[in-house]
Amino acid sequence: MFVELNNLLNTTPDRAEQGKLTLLCDAKTDGSFLVHHFLSFYLKANCKVCFVALIQSFSHYSIVGQKLGVSLTMARERGQLVFLEGLKSAVDVVFQAQKEPHPLQFLREANAGNLKPLFEFVREALKPVDSGEARWTYPVLLVDDLSVLLSLGMGAVAVLDFIHYCRATVCWELKASILYLMQGNMVVLVHDSGDAEDEENDILLNGLSHQSHLILRAEGLATGFCRDVHGQLRILWRRPSQPAVHRDQSFTYQYKIQDKSVSFFAKGMSPAVL
Amino acid sequence: MTPSEGARAGTGRELEMLDSLLALGGLVLLRDSVEWEGRSLLKALVKKSALCGEQVHILGCEVSEEEFREGFDSDINNRLVYHDFFRDPLNWSKTEEAFPGGPLGALRAMCKRTDPVPVTIALDSLSWLLLRLPCTTLCQVLHAVSHQDSCPGDSSSVGKVSVLGLLHEELHGPGPVGALSSLAQTEVTLGGTMGQASAHILCRRPRQRPTDQTQWFSILPDFSLDLQEGPSVESQPYSDPHIPPVSKNAKARTRKCSLVSGHGRENKSCRGWGWGQGF
Repeated sequence: MFVELNNLLNTTPDRAEQGKLTLLCDAKTDGSFLVHHFLSFYLKANCKVCFVALIQSFSHYSIVGQKLGVSLTMARERGQLVFLEGLKSAVDVVFQAQKEPHPLQFLREANAGNLKPLFEFVREALKPVDSGEARWTYPVLLVDDLSVLLSLGMGAVAVLDFIHYCRATVCWELKASILYLMQGNMVVLVHDSGDAEDEENDILLNGLSHQSHLILRAEGLATGFCRDVHGQLRILWRRPSQPAVHRDQSFTYQYKIQDKSVSFFAKGMSPAVL
Repeated sequence: MTPSEGARAGTGRELEMLDSLLALGGLVLLRDSVEWEGRSLLKALVKKSALCGEQVHILGCEVSEEEFREGFDSDINNRLVYHDFFRDPLNWSKTEEAFPGGPLGALRAMCKRTDPVPVTIALDSLSWLLLRLPCTTLCQVLHAVSHQDSCPGDSSSVGKVSVLGLLHEELHGPGPVGALSSLAQTEVTLGGTMGQASAHILCRRPRQRPTDQTQWFSILPDFSLDLQEGPSVESQPYSDPHIPPVSKNAKARTRKCSLVSGHGRENKSCRGWGWGQGF
């Protein structure tokens, strides 16, 4: 995880808020560093993590995880991490007969109307194991990224329904279990393609924005590529159910991604230009 | 002190705003955005209705019941009738616990009431329903529910009905929003500037010209309103009732879009992420 980002978000693995939905969004840049941050963050927080990875392979996330101080292989072996490798699973679903419902079953179906099998996979993955003791602090669902589901033919409302059910389960229902004393969290990534015609992506992005407690939006610089400033990060804290006594807070920082860390600074305050 | 007297014990201006939103009955459209959320105002109106002794029904689709009730004291919570469509709205659990017919069925059931007690129905959210139901069906049911107290030839005196609908503007096109707007007796468009929230209120009173005003406010932790002096507080007859009011921000966006696109229609920057334009 990136310590500077934790400082900006005023959080640490041992005192993170629970029951929250965090929306990651990137526009004209690659926001995957945020996914890597939250994956390592919640593994270090000793959470039970279900990672629906639709973009990259397990080895990719594992290599980056090593740089950030977590071993995805060990986390998976000890049962802390449940990893759905979308790229590999998609091949299995399409080219092999399935005896049981598969999380990505919609790829085989001409008119798949919903993502219920994927939700059931998530619910099963994060269901507490009745081992008599609580090994993990709270459940976390991480999805990278939801826009792929639109590209694979699912409608925006179907994806919103999937997230709705995950929220109802991860953020609320699972807290009722004696093995999970706290509500779970969710972190999802959606790309903002900037395409004015992409109404489905707009609906997905805006729909999730209204449900989110925290929105992190990575944007490319308007002036183009810069060697020392890789983009800017907009942070918006929302409290959808709480009165706006203090207005939803929003901040913007620029950042530079390095080998094992990300540095953040105020706009125009890059060390390279000072 | 009766509940009604207690409800009116607040500041005069606070009551004026909430009263004006609830006075007409019918459909009250709360239009919010990512940057300026409207659920707080919805809850403030729910609290006001409950304190006035009205029956208050909540159709909870978007957030959990616990999350919606958060911030209300036990007195208010005990007065709310909560219909939970958050946990399993599509009956994926196949337990048949949900109200048969879902949220639409619940709304239709409310059309058949004969109770003389005034009732307030809060839809949290109308956007959730509009994304999943045909617009025409939803509009028909909303019209039936919000006008059941004014049915001609009905000998029973059905109490006043207020339907509070939370609508997330960025999620819908101009067609569905326009249809809902035409049904609404009162429209509240939430916005703000420099960290201060505002409500642009358009009221359509029978046999009168629509009036609009802008009120600056904040909502306190107990969901009472704190009215504030803002840059401008206007109350004037609205000149053209067929053209809905457009906020300054939306006007600026439309002007910008026309200049940028050259086609006079919305481009990407206008469709959503309003918070991106607020700072």
